[in-house]
Amino acid sequence: MEDILKMIFPIVVLFGAATVAFGVVMIIVAYTVLAERKVLGYIQGRIGPNRVGPWGMMQPFADLLKFIFKEDIVPDKSTKFVYYLAPIVAVTCALIPMVVYPFGPPILADLSFLPYNLGDGIRQIPLTIGQIDVGVLFVLGITSVGVYGIALAGWSSNNKYSLMGGLRSSAQMISYELAMGASVIGVVMLAGSLDLNGIVYAQMGSPFRWFIIPQFIGFIVFLIAAFAETNRVPFDLPEAETELVAGFHTEYSALKFALFFMAEYVNMFTVSVMIVTLFLGGWYIPGLSYIFAVGSVGYAIFSFLGFLAKIFFFLFFYIWVRGTLPRFRFDQLMNFGWKFLLPLALANVIFTIIIVYFLNR
Amino acid sequence: MFTTAVFFLFAGLAVASAISLVYHKNPLYSAISLVGVLISLACIYVTLAAPFIAAVQILIYAGAIMVLVVFVIMLLNLDEDRPLNRLRYLYPVGGVFGLILLAQTFFIFYAVMRAPKQTVNTGETVGKTLSIGSAMYTEYLLPVEIVGILLLMAVVGAVILARRFQQTHLELVVDNEMEKRREDDKAMI
Repeated sequence: MEDILKMIFPIVVLFGAATVAFGVVMIIVAYTVLAERKVLGYIQGRIGPNRVGPWGMMQPFADLLKFIFKEDIVPDKSTKFVYYLAPIVAVTCALIPMVVYPFGPPILADLSFLPYNLGDGIRQIPLTIGQIDVGVLFVLGITSVGVYGIALAGWSSNNKYSLMGGLRSSAQMISYELAMGASVIGVVMLAGSLDLNGIVYAQMGSPFRWFIIPQFIGFIVFLIAAFAETNRVPFDLPEAETELVAGFHTEYSALKFALFFMAEYVNMFTVSVMIVTLFLGGWYIPGLSYIFAVGSVGYAIFSFLGFLAKIFFFLFFYIWVRGTLPRFRFDQLMNFGWKFLLPLALANVIFTIIIVYFLNR
Repeated sequence: MFTTAVFFLFAGLAVASAISLVYHKNPLYSAISLVGVLISLACIYVTLAAPFIAAVQILIYAGAIMVLVVFVIMLLNLDEDRPLNRLRYLYPVGGVFGLILLAQTFFIFYAVMRAPKQTVNTGETVGKTLSIGSAMYTEYLLPVEIVGILLLMAVVGAVILARRFQQTHLELVVDNEMEKRREDDKAMI
């Protein structure tokens, strides 16, 4: 009995943690959509949604209901299996990186009060679902698999606009993944770790140890590449509505469209988490350890809130840029990625190698 | 027990994807199946305490190389029902190679069963980033350098091939465009 409980307990806890994290991320994503419409409204001299609930607070749920009750239209000439597979791939690959987000510092806790000795040997509760040694590579890898969602959606719809959107997105994401990966190498070298929590620990102490200062070029490259990776303005070529109707998701309706929509916003959240973790100290808030003891619940909660605040800044930055910049042309996008961003990122890597080599002598 | 269950789950997925990779006539379905094989193998690497290899497998093979393959298939839009009469003589050859592979697999099984049991230390760092990095840059430095030079040659070759075909085409387009604009300007005047 006790053995079985001991085996099942960690799995149940992990499922619970994943469910809570999923809920938090989904609520944030839903309100990012609302914030986008509101902020864009104010940027363009409008008010934005204000009918459903106070300040339109219930608008995301109204939108979701609408998506659920719309008719699901499947094009007659589409390749059915791939057509159904594509939104699933897109949303799964967007959600999986949630497993390694470093939401906050571990809480020191004594769990010996639990029955059947379940809490034996547990000294701390980590605020990360899964500790993976290669968290950075894991996030980059899973997001790169997300390209299939878009490419397959474009191909299977049997629509020339969709196909154009799918091809553009695969070309764009392959090109900018390189610059993105190269810009992360500098951070990994300075931190000496591929684990996201390890990178946060390497930046603790003071805001001057945040990697945005020694890796400013890497930060800029990562920020720009992140816009391309998430297909956002000014790099939203895969769904450029003035040329391609709606790009890869032209033929998708109802809940399948909602899945693509959700995947895009979850991806925005993911790259914001990555920027904050890699360059802005993650959940570390300077001076917080003077108010709360390290490892206490208060320390963890305020660190988590600080982490969210930093993420919200970047989500706002995304929306702000969308309201400000026009779209690139496709050849400009490719030239910018291959001839400017990638050489810049590689130069940054070589420069960092030299600095780290001389520092470690 | 848990690890064994996970192994059989992903091994089964890998074998099923591999079979569908071979059986499908539509090249895009085959490519998707190959992605399935790669991801299942990556999951097995994770259970074998090699997270770095698993992450790199997904990042490079599933995320970059296969995207390029899918990209090419989508661009060319290959016919799916063309019978491969030209390559018919390869079927018996494939059968022979399959039998050899099967014999090899059984031999490995047999050898493993016969071999004395060894206890493997699960805390070992064979698949961890640090051990891979230090092994690559000390013990296996020469192979790494050779592979690097080979890849550089491949990149240079690809650039030369692409440029040779594109140069004339681009010039033509630009010339035509300039010509048209000059005529338009004249018409305006």
